Amino acid sequence: MAKAKRIGLKEKYRLMTRGLDWETTYQPMDEVFPYDKYEGIKILDWDKWEDPFRLTMDAYWKYQSEKERKLYAILDAFEQNNGHLNISDARYMNAVKLWLQAITPLEYGAHRGFAHVARSLRGAGARVALQMQSVDELRHAQTQLHAFSYYNKYFNGMHGFAHLRDRAWYLSIPKSFFEDALSAGPFEFVTAISFSFEYVLTNLLFMPFVSGAAYNGDMATTTFGFSAQSDESRHMTLGLEVVKFMLEQHEDNVPIVQAWLDKWFWRGYRLLGLVGTMMDYMLPKKVMSWKEAWEIYWEENGVALFNDLARYGIRLPKYHEVASKEKHRLTHELWHTLYQFGNALGFHTWIPDDKELDWMSEKYGDLFDTMYRPRLLFLREQEEAGKRFYNNRLPMVCQVCQIPIFYTEPDDPQTQCVRIVQWANTKHHCCSDGCADIFNLEPEKYVQALIPPQQVYRGEAGGATNIFEYAEWLHLEKDVDTGEYRGSPDHRNWEAWQAEQPTPQARKTGKAA
Amino acid sequence: MADKVFIALQNNAEAQPIIEAILEDNPAAVVNETPGMVKIDCPGRLVVRRQTVEEKMGREFDLQEMQINLISLGGNVDEDDDEFVIAWHT
Repeated sequence: MAKAKRIGLKEKYRLMTRGLDWETTYQPMDEVFPYDKYEGIKILDWDKWEDPFRLTMDAYWKYQSEKERKLYAILDAFEQNNGHLNISDARYMNAVKLWLQAITPLEYGAHRGFAHVARSLRGAGARVALQMQSVDELRHAQTQLHAFSYYNKYFNGMHGFAHLRDRAWYLSIPKSFFEDALSAGPFEFVTAISFSFEYVLTNLLFMPFVSGAAYNGDMATTTFGFSAQSDESRHMTLGLEVVKFMLEQHEDNVPIVQAWLDKWFWRGYRLLGLVGTMMDYMLPKKVMSWKEAWEIYWEENGVALFNDLARYGIRLPKYHEVASKEKHRLTHELWHTLYQFGNALGFHTWIPDDKELDWMSEKYGDLFDTMYRPRLLFLREQEEAGKRFYNNRLPMVCQVCQIPIFYTEPDDPQTQCVRIVQWANTKHHCCSDGCADIFNLEPEKYVQALIPPQQVYRGEAGGATNIFEYAEWLHLEKDVDTGEYRGSPDHRNWEAWQAEQPTPQARKTGKAA
Repeated sequence: MADKVFIALQNNAEAQPIIEAILEDNPAAVVNETPGMVKIDCPGRLVVRRQTVEEKMGREFDLQEMQINLISLGGNVDEDDDEFVIAWHT
């Protein structure tokens, strides 16, 4: 029997994404789609937009369900085999806590954001792809929570991510990033998240970091991480298509898109400092340094992407050269910041051991040996002498990225970088020229940002008057969820489990020593 | 030299024939392995051909199945029934 000829992919995609919508007559189209013009983006022909994966809804469900079946089979096996005992070291788990607290809520934010944008654009092809992305992002949030819920039985600091998200000073970094995007128009949102964040920057999170999770025996994170990233490659492609589409539709769109690329490159880069710190400091077994990852995924792959867009008149984003200068020190400066504010963090911090310091010397060279190694050694001596250093105040943070203002001048790693910006009668502080420029372009937006340390000192954190009361308000138990790793219950449990495993009744235990 | 495009796949049994097919069809491709992941870089353009993958797998293969083991990519994508192409247009 002759095999029936299957319909081709291109034809199938055309049939499934074209002619699905109509020009409304009861209401004018501008009332039905009220948000897709005010940003100034001019679209002449929505049908020119095409998803290069040509993924239709039927194929989408088929492959996504396959991914889910694989993922949950692996999570089951991981849990049934006491997977938490097979990670490299319990310090590793702090990277997972930071992921749960900082990144998982962004996935949920992305779900909301893409659902909104999928409703906002009048091109049906784009709406289909954005709707798939919205469902993907919800899947990412759910699979991460499922994977992490297992660890929550054994490790501290994972019990209240949703409570922390809206209250913890350091989680306002990712939260404000995403709310900045969510409160922008639909084209800016897609440029910010699908293109700048996902295409340009999330490879740094999902590739070297997740590969690091694999190396550290965390099968759960590896599996959902790579499973999520397989959706991500579709999202990145969507982001690039949307950017190219805007640039091809009208030349007036070019400067608008360039300004968004400048802004969101810097916003994303600042956020990723947290990921770099996870890679360099929180993975006991290391795959590659932040500096090496930056060189591969930005300086090589990211720049290639911008070279490709040069034909539309797009240039590299502003301050990319500053980001490259900072690659030698970004993670060392940020870890030092996190270390000293450890009494108000939902994960532990510590000083790396000698082997790790040698790895950092090898990867970061002279600057590390002259600037950061001596400081880390000094802090270790202090800790061993019973004087573990804590800065028991809250830091001044940047009005835009909300990261503590502890980074240094691009050309001088010994001078703190502070930029003071002014709007109406108020002064605000920024951590960099990149953030100051973003503020100055939309001061009315950024003056509204609630800055956590200021709110805490105003009594808005349940009336807390010091850092310990503030941590209680966060539902963080002192030295159990917060503070130094060495000597913590996580550390002591880990050592007990290593000594007499398996300990099937083992659960995280309360009070610190 | 042209900027490199890349594709990254999970380092598992299902992906091996895809990786082999890519290396056969793209002589300039270079493999970089890190734990759990295979990243393949190639100057300018990289193609995944359905027919080559089917030869390596010994069964029919829909290029969209690759999404299950795909981790990431860099470059402009164009996919039809026979080829999945990643390229820079510079």
